[in-house]
Amino acid sequence: MIQVQEVHKYYELGETRVHALRGVSVSIARGEFVTIMGSSGSGKSTFMNILGCLDKPSVGRYLLEGVEVSKLTKKDLATIRNHKIGFVFQGFNLLSRTTALENVELPTLYARISKSEGEKRSREALALVGLSDRVAHFPSQLSGGQQQRVAIARALVNRPSTLLADEPTGNLDSRTSVEIMDIFQNLNDEGLTIVLVTHEPDIAKFAKRSIQFRDGKIRRDEPVQNRPQASEVIKTLPTLED
Amino acid sequence: MDLLAIIRIAMRALSRNKMRSVLTMLGIIIGVGAVIAMLGVGQGARQTMQEQIQAMGSNLLFVGAGTVTRGGMHMGWGSTKSLVYDDMLAILRECPAAHAAAPGSSSNGQVVFGNDNWATRLNGTEPQYFEVRNWPFQEGSGFTQDDVTMSANVAAIGETVRKNLFGATDPVGQTLRINNLPFRVTGVLSPKGTSAAMSDDQDDIILIPLTTLQKKVTGQPWLRWIMVSAVSREASYAAQKQIASLLRDRHHIRPGAEDDFFVRNLADMADVADEAGRVMTLLLASIASVSLVVGGIGIMNIMLVSVTERTREIGLRIAIGATEGNVQQQFLTEAVVLSLIGGVAGILFGLTASYVITQTLGWPVLVSPIVIGIAVLFSMAVGVFFGFYPARKAAQLDPIEALRYE
Repeated sequence: MIQVQEVHKYYELGETRVHALRGVSVSIARGEFVTIMGSSGSGKSTFMNILGCLDKPSVGRYLLEGVEVSKLTKKDLATIRNHKIGFVFQGFNLLSRTTALENVELPTLYARISKSEGEKRSREALALVGLSDRVAHFPSQLSGGQQQRVAIARALVNRPSTLLADEPTGNLDSRTSVEIMDIFQNLNDEGLTIVLVTHEPDIAKFAKRSIQFRDGKIRRDEPVQNRPQASEVIKTLPTLED
Repeated sequence: MDLLAIIRIAMRALSRNKMRSVLTMLGIIIGVGAVIAMLGVGQGARQTMQEQIQAMGSNLLFVGAGTVTRGGMHMGWGSTKSLVYDDMLAILRECPAAHAAAPGSSSNGQVVFGNDNWATRLNGTEPQYFEVRNWPFQEGSGFTQDDVTMSANVAAIGETVRKNLFGATDPVGQTLRINNLPFRVTGVLSPKGTSAAMSDDQDDIILIPLTTLQKKVTGQPWLRWIMVSAVSREASYAAQKQIASLLRDRHHIRPGAEDDFFVRNLADMADVADEAGRVMTLLLASIASVSLVVGGIGIMNIMLVSVTERTREIGLRIAIGATEGNVQQQFLTEAVVLSLIGGVAGILFGLTASYVITQTLGWPVLVSPIVIGIAVLFSMAVGVFFGFYPARKAAQLDPIEALRYE
């Protein structure tokens, strides 16, 4: 359902022309859990931006659920981002001085659903990430892990088919990171397609498939062997209280 | 997203920075307030001028003896001897637009009562004068046609003369001396105040029978002026034309030659005064609206700061599905809400200022609902105009860059 065919991406950076992606072809089926790895400058961020419809390929085709994205208008792209894709960022990107519930509601404001339906879905999404008791809290009153869970709830509220996470555990300690991966594994088990950028092999092992980028090309694309269950791993990790 | 939700979001965003929002609004508050107060003052002045002219009689025409040039020297108005009593009778007889008329001549009078003396304008006229000029008495009455016939030494005095000569004494029935002749005071005219159109104190006057003035004071049998009232305000323009052509005919003025008289129409003067008032109002309002523009620039400034500060928020909103239109709408709404609240507060401020001006300075201030409506629309327009650029800037942010912004 995600098909990327011979995609190239060029940037004009001042005088120089950066060739960020040099012929990337990949296809990701519904229900997959893929990690994208690679050093900085490898093209993985550019690839994620194209997957997330924030950017368009310079050359090549990108089909999302059979729709050729590169031919859509800005407005249609916004609708796709709203309906079909959920974003999770390294820095959470929650609005401060806005409650957890209101943060989660944000995408519903741009969707054609009623205010009450939006609130209902937002509460459901928060329950899904285990934050039912934190709806009225402000981001400043939540821990990093809780903030990222609010961000995940926000990504899920419009019931997208794909979740794109850009270093979601980059700002979190290892135990909390595994907790977040546990949430991702559960969501994936329910059929959500997840594409996750990380540079930590410990995190990547929780996915089903690992793609490595280098110099704007896919270097390796292989299934993950001996995939652990995050819920099991948590039990072996020390809690914060220790 | 419905409008109410957008406005609610804008209010929330503004309330996050209360101090800043209030300070930004202050520019609009002062601007709108100043416009309202200045328009109020201007309108009030205009209305007062209108009322004063109305008080003089808006259908009044003033026929004055013209100027002559003798040996290259201009002698000033009233120096011709050609305007006579029969002219007045002819006007009443032959001009259908003329309703009533009072002849008159003028001199200066040195008036003495007791130990006090006062120099004033001395007008000789007939009793119709009081009717034509629509001038009632506060005490006593005017002189009669009999007084005119007999050239009686009677006088009606204006309020200024009464104040300066009589003080607390009741002047009616008293005898004062004008140019050393004794005159009995028959009445005191109601005060008319200083006329904006005539720009002099109308109450600084003594009226005596025309014949008395002509025979005992000036010794001149001709008239210096005739006051004519037209049948209506509209008819005063027709009356002006009729009188002019009648007098040219009677004075045997050849076509092309200059008139030896002039006819002034108070309706005309009212129009001129009204125009002057309008110009003044516009002037005041345009000066005040400069501060409104400054307020608008303040809004633009703060919105630009806000867009920069919230770059990540904008990036996020775009990433989760906000269109360019959504983002633009959001920031434009914030600017308009800011200016509109400022505008409403400005109206209250302007009304208060108007009230204070009326109370302390005694100027009449007239704030019309139309002005308030315009102020609301104008402050909205300021918000849209000065909010557009920052909102456009926000909408056109690249989400990838914006999300990376520190």
